[in-house]
Amino acid sequence: MTARAHRLRSIGALTSRIVAALFGGYGLAALCSVAALALPISKPQAVLTGQLASFAVCTAVVIWAFAARSALAVWIGLALVAAVLAPLAWSAS
Amino acid sequence: MPHDQHAKGPGFRQSMSGLHTWTGLLLGWVLYAMFLTGTVSFFKDELSQWMRPELPRLTQPLDPAVVAQRVADEIGRIAPNASQWSIKLPDGRSNTVYAFWRTPGVGKGAPGFGQDYFDPITGHRAEARETLGGDFFYRFHFQFYYMSPFWGRLLAGLAAMSMLVAIVAGVITHKKIFTDFFTFRWGKGQRSWLDAHNALSVFGLPFHVMITYTGLVTLMALYVPWGERTAIKTPAERQQLTAELSAFIRADKPGGDKVPLGSIEAMVRQAQQRWGTTDVGRVNSANPGDATARVAVTRGDAGRVSMSPDYLEFDGVTAKLLKVHDHVGAAAETRGVLYALHIGRFSDLETRWLYFIVSFMGTAMVGTGLVMWTVKRRQKLPDPERPFFGFRLVERLNIASIAGLSIAMTAFLWANRLLPNAMADRAFWEIHVFFIVWGLTLLHALLRPAKSAWVEQLWTAAALLALIPVLNAATTQRPLWHSLASGDWVFAGIDLMCVALALLHAVLAIRTARNSARLRPPRSASKRGGIPAMSREAAT
Repeated sequence: MTARAHRLRSIGALTSRIVAALFGGYGLAALCSVAALALPISKPQAVLTGQLASFAVCTAVVIWAFAARSALAVWIGLALVAAVLAPLAWSAS
Repeated sequence: MPHDQHAKGPGFRQSMSGLHTWTGLLLGWVLYAMFLTGTVSFFKDELSQWMRPELPRLTQPLDPAVVAQRVADEIGRIAPNASQWSIKLPDGRSNTVYAFWRTPGVGKGAPGFGQDYFDPITGHRAEARETLGGDFFYRFHFQFYYMSPFWGRLLAGLAAMSMLVAIVAGVITHKKIFTDFFTFRWGKGQRSWLDAHNALSVFGLPFHVMITYTGLVTLMALYVPWGERTAIKTPAERQQLTAELSAFIRADKPGGDKVPLGSIEAMVRQAQQRWGTTDVGRVNSANPGDATARVAVTRGDAGRVSMSPDYLEFDGVTAKLLKVHDHVGAAAETRGVLYALHIGRFSDLETRWLYFIVSFMGTAMVGTGLVMWTVKRRQKLPDPERPFFGFRLVERLNIASIAGLSIAMTAFLWANRLLPNAMADRAFWEIHVFFIVWGLTLLHALLRPAKSAWVEQLWTAAALLALIPVLNAATTQRPLWHSLASGDWVFAGIDLMCVALALLHAVLAIRTARNSARLRPPRSASKRGGIPAMSREAAT
């Protein structure tokens, strides 16, 4: 029973990490691409800067999703970054 | 990997190894196909020449100014009411001039689109067999086929993103990345696969990272449109952005006053004075034949490593230079450089070969990685005679997507030579043949024992490739000996490349056949011993 609970828990944690990698990865990349509009450069340059950087952000999130010590830590990390980027994105839109 | 996902979390390297394995595997077959067709695309213009053998090669250098005028005149005859046309001038790698044009919709009719290849010497349409040539592999490489380009490009983006993650995770996994590069253990089963995979990956690492990231950059407007959608709202803003990305001439609405175009030759001459005689890439015209006509002469790819717009804008009637567009913003220039690095059009012959070879190693990296997934797990199988479903699936997909793709791509070249020239939809049938043959290789891989399927398909690919020069000699006026004697390096190069690739496939076939014979007895003997040490080791 405990072995089974343990197994279920680890599958749950893994699923959580995969979801964080897929949706968190693209979500933060997209958020970053909009937040880049807050940069003090012209609109076309800001749009392109955000696009160029987004793939690095996405990669970093996916690595983080599997590198963090626990699945909870993954989500906390993503939330913190999102909390920094969201106001910038909001101010630019 | 579920077994090492305990609440405490797995070791860092081990989870990176798992991430590397699964991001590499899940879209690995798509990646392999993208990598191989992309590699071939570095020579797409040469391949297109080979696939239109009735068009003679160019033996004397051409003056772009004269050619541009010739083709512009011809388009004026073919599509006198075109609202726009674009001519890509020959750059020494192609023997034709590609051009397209748009015509306005008449009444409620939809706007028209026309395109063709022209003979740079006569200016007339080039009469050749219908084929997509090397452009088929090029387009397949980022948007596949039998699906909308939109979904194809999304799939390619997902595969490229997986690749980028797999590369980073792979680098983290390998703590001894430098030592590993100088370690090679031949004929040691899993170890040799691992060493080959490491060597191929590490040698080309900067290239693999570059080609993957820049590949994503080429289509970034599609993948992350959110910043653009948020910031770019008015037509003026859209124009500003477009001007940073491509040679974009804004012509006013045609006034309706018919005035013939000025001298295209004179406009190209002005560009040549600036960039050199051969370094002119394209000539575009908006509203040709109208008083509001504009002409843009774009700089060639060879002069610089950037795809950012660099062009001269002329009044189309008076041939007066209106504006020099030769710089864009920093982000746009970064994008331009990354884009150029991906497609490598700036390359001279040596650089192009380097691109081809390293990219080929990247293809082999993906291939060895895919094979390693099965090699590693085969030793751990509870019953090697009856592997689990996932194992068999990966094993069979590997055969069809690696050996099978070689056969299918070569079949495409065979179809190019064997399908009758007058056949309806001929260009599409060349492509259908590619997919039908690829499908057959999958069927074969499913029906035959895995090792036999590998060996048989590798031999088939070797035979088809080796016979390409024979086929070419039998079906065209340009056999290998003639190409060699006359210095026709495009034809000789492709014939000889097919022979070299045939040898590669033959070597792989022989080694695979030998391996299976040698590996079988120890595998059953060592079912118990020696496995834990191997299986605990991740990819380090």
